[in-house]
Amino acid sequence: MTAQSLSLAHRRPLTERIIERLLFLAAALGVLTTFGIIAVLAFETFEFFLQVSPIEFLTGTRWSALIKPQSWGVLALVSGTLLVAMIALVIAIPLGLLAAVLLAEYATPRVRTVVKPILETIAGVPTIVLGFFGLNFIAPNLIRPLLGADNIGVFSALSGGIVVGLLITPLIASISEDSMRAVPRGMREGAFAMGATKFEVIRKVVFPAALSGIMASIILAMSRAIGETMAVVLTVGTKPQFTFDPTESVQTMTAFIVQISIGETAQGSIEYKSLFAVGATLFLMTFALNLLSGWIVRRFRTAY
Amino acid sequence: MSSLAPSVRSAARFEPALMRRKLSGTVFYGACLAAIGLLMLALVALLVDVFVRAAPWLDIDFLTGVPSSRPARAGILPALVGTFEIGLIVGLLTFPIGVAAAIYLAEYASDSRLNRLLQANISNLAGVPSIIYGILGLALFVRALALGPTILAGALTLSLLILPVVIIASIEALKAVPQAQREGAYALGATRWQMVRRSILPAAAPGIMTGIILAMARAIGEAAPLILIGAFTFVTFLPNPIEGQYTVLPIQIYGWAQRPQADFQGISAAAIVVILVLMLVLNALALIVRARLSRHIQW
Amino acid sequence: MTTRLPEPLPRDSAPDGRRPAIRITAVSNHDRAGASAEPEHVIELEDVSCWYGSFRAVRNVDLGIARQRITALIGPSGCGKSTLIRTMNRMNDLIPGYRTEGRVLFEGQDLSARTVDPVAVRRRVGMVFQKPNPFPKSVYDNVAFGPRINGYRGNMDELVEHSLRRAVLWDDVKDKLKQSGMALSGGQQQRLCIARTIAVEPEVILMDEPCSALDPRSTLQIEELMAELKRDYTIVIVTHNMQQAARASDTTIFMTMGDDRAGYVVEQGETIDIFTNPKHRLTEDYVSGRFG
Repeated sequence: MTAQSLSLAHRRPLTERIIERLLFLAAALGVLTTFGIIAVLAFETFEFFLQVSPIEFLTGTRWSALIKPQSWGVLALVSGTLLVAMIALVIAIPLGLLAAVLLAEYATPRVRTVVKPILETIAGVPTIVLGFFGLNFIAPNLIRPLLGADNIGVFSALSGGIVVGLLITPLIASISEDSMRAVPRGMREGAFAMGATKFEVIRKVVFPAALSGIMASIILAMSRAIGETMAVVLTVGTKPQFTFDPTESVQTMTAFIVQISIGETAQGSIEYKSLFAVGATLFLMTFALNLLSGWIVRRFRTAY
Repeated sequence: MSSLAPSVRSAARFEPALMRRKLSGTVFYGACLAAIGLLMLALVALLVDVFVRAAPWLDIDFLTGVPSSRPARAGILPALVGTFEIGLIVGLLTFPIGVAAAIYLAEYASDSRLNRLLQANISNLAGVPSIIYGILGLALFVRALALGPTILAGALTLSLLILPVVIIASIEALKAVPQAQREGAYALGATRWQMVRRSILPAAAPGIMTGIILAMARAIGEAAPLILIGAFTFVTFLPNPIEGQYTVLPIQIYGWAQRPQADFQGISAAAIVVILVLMLVLNALALIVRARLSRHIQW
Repeated sequence: MTTRLPEPLPRDSAPDGRRPAIRITAVSNHDRAGASAEPEHVIELEDVSCWYGSFRAVRNVDLGIARQRITALIGPSGCGKSTLIRTMNRMNDLIPGYRTEGRVLFEGQDLSARTVDPVAVRRRVGMVFQKPNPFPKSVYDNVAFGPRINGYRGNMDELVEHSLRRAVLWDDVKDKLKQSGMALSGGQQQRLCIARTIAVEPEVILMDEPCSALDPRSTLQIEELMAELKRDYTIVIVTHNMQQAARASDTTIFMTMGDDRAGYVVEQGETIDIFTNPKHRLTEDYVSGRFG
């Protein structure tokens, strides 16, 4: 058989393999990124812990990096982050779930064309804009008049919590809506056929069946709220303190990281290294929540 | 509300209480509508507030000028240029890498443990806060690779940030192509790459392009990672991509919003209007691209 | 301490479960003009047409469902049998754009009257679906679902056991009441659906191709169950399986699709007549397998 006659041997193996290698490298970039993040955070945090005791870091409730005397209790920042996140969830969970139920169970196609864009727009607004909204509208026009200008300042956890809540509502709404739509129609029909009202079908059949997806969406939203930066940086303030009072001004982990980077901190200084330690804490918290969310979906998903 | 005559057989044992049940249903529906109303109200309040504040400051001088310590003379040209430059580089970087990774994961990798690990990893990366990417960029691009606080470093960082999102969207677009297309190509003697390039990619193109455009819109709105990298809030000259200081729109907005004077809030609002318009244009572009590219697809 | 479940009001019937020998008139609190006795037909359709938007799926149907008998609705696929049966418990109302023309009478009352609530109708006219659709809840909670939402005021455990026994499922699940209903086999799931339907004590049970997703043995079990249930309930069954209709039903209604793509009733009569001596040519063609 000459090389020119019909050959059934593999054609162009080299090109195919090269392409496959290149594609693989692109995919592996993801792994490299993860390694990079973990390596950078671990290394600098380790250096930080050479100078500051991990116990003080993890259990201390006073954080003062730029003002002497310095104190490195990260719980002050964590409490600020969690306070804002909790307020955000209190707002986003009811709004998001009600919106999701409307979209999944009640909405006609016309209603969808109105509601969906509203949610997508809120989700697409740059977060700095939401921070601006909190600073210039929510705090002076809503919060301070309602609670009294003496009781609450321009910066507060409440203000940040409200705008972050707005921010994460579309996340809860869209994932929960998908979960509810995934409940088979036959299941709803079975309930209707026994004389259930629409609200009962939603409450007793659809919602329980979609619960794992809904819970996962809430946890993901919490993770997002914890990691949010620009919306809180304009609304919450720069006063790290260990408190759960929403009227107080606090500082979140993300806002602290921004504060250090903007300021004139020398590289290699302890303040600079604290940025990485806080970043590592933040990363671990969000990572754990993301894993939890995935686990909940896998473990508790209703099989149809 | 039912005038259906009661069934004699079991009337004694069932108390359907229909009115009460229907009432709670109506109340619930009202609550759903109220929730949507509240969200709509918040959005409208935001837009109105921003536009009202921005109105006195939006003019051509604003768009073509440079920042100044006097709000009346401030402009956003450096920020605009910075945003465009970063957006361009990010797009050029994420498009090939993101699509390549997605092709590998969707078409080449078998359903092995390795593949699932890679995909899980990418999902996790998509959930990492953006500021962490800033930390990574700081250590890697600015310091280790000694790129300095430049647009290039910023673009590389933002690319890492949105790459997982682009990959996930592209994988979905690829998976949406029916299996029959692949089998048809194979049956004609195509190699895997030929099949992907000629058959699958064109079919998945609308979804992929939409995903990229939306991811770029997100990247353009990001400020936190770039702050870490060293983008400045007061840049009066047009930035050079590979050296020197730069700024982008979100950071300019932030810089002005931090100043308590009402005038600075005004020009901050004006810059917000500009970026919102930019977002609108990008979203519209995504819709148009999707419509144009999927003209021939009908499954 | 067991208390006997009070029996439903006895309906006198001959030992073979067929047409009642003596009819007892139910005493009703409502004064309905001209309706002093129970109507001959539990359900009657008068000139009923079913519309999805501007498409008429079923046209001008007149039929009657006799009390405590099994009525089969047969015909080629797509001719509107499901649509027709779903008018009897107003399940079609769930589809946007749907409307019924004509009168659907249940015990002499027009179901589509504005004052009649579909939710109330559905407790009394139950439905079993083609694909078994148990809830992802325990077996017990599946059966208890209907009674609970309808405000049942009795011993729930007894009701659940009673319903499961009637559905010939009790022995299979009596130690597994807390297990998920979806963990049962296909035939068992369908019997679970029947059990939960009868737990709310309907008067009519509609069955929309209840056996088409089941294996032959489960099918036979369901058919035997139907013969049992006929004693207390009126049963209407849609089936595309002619042998099943011939085996299991007392009355048969034959439907087909017209040229305008709307379904219509060709013939209704005793099963034995429909299959051995049909009046219409179309009916004869269908039951002898010439089309459909």
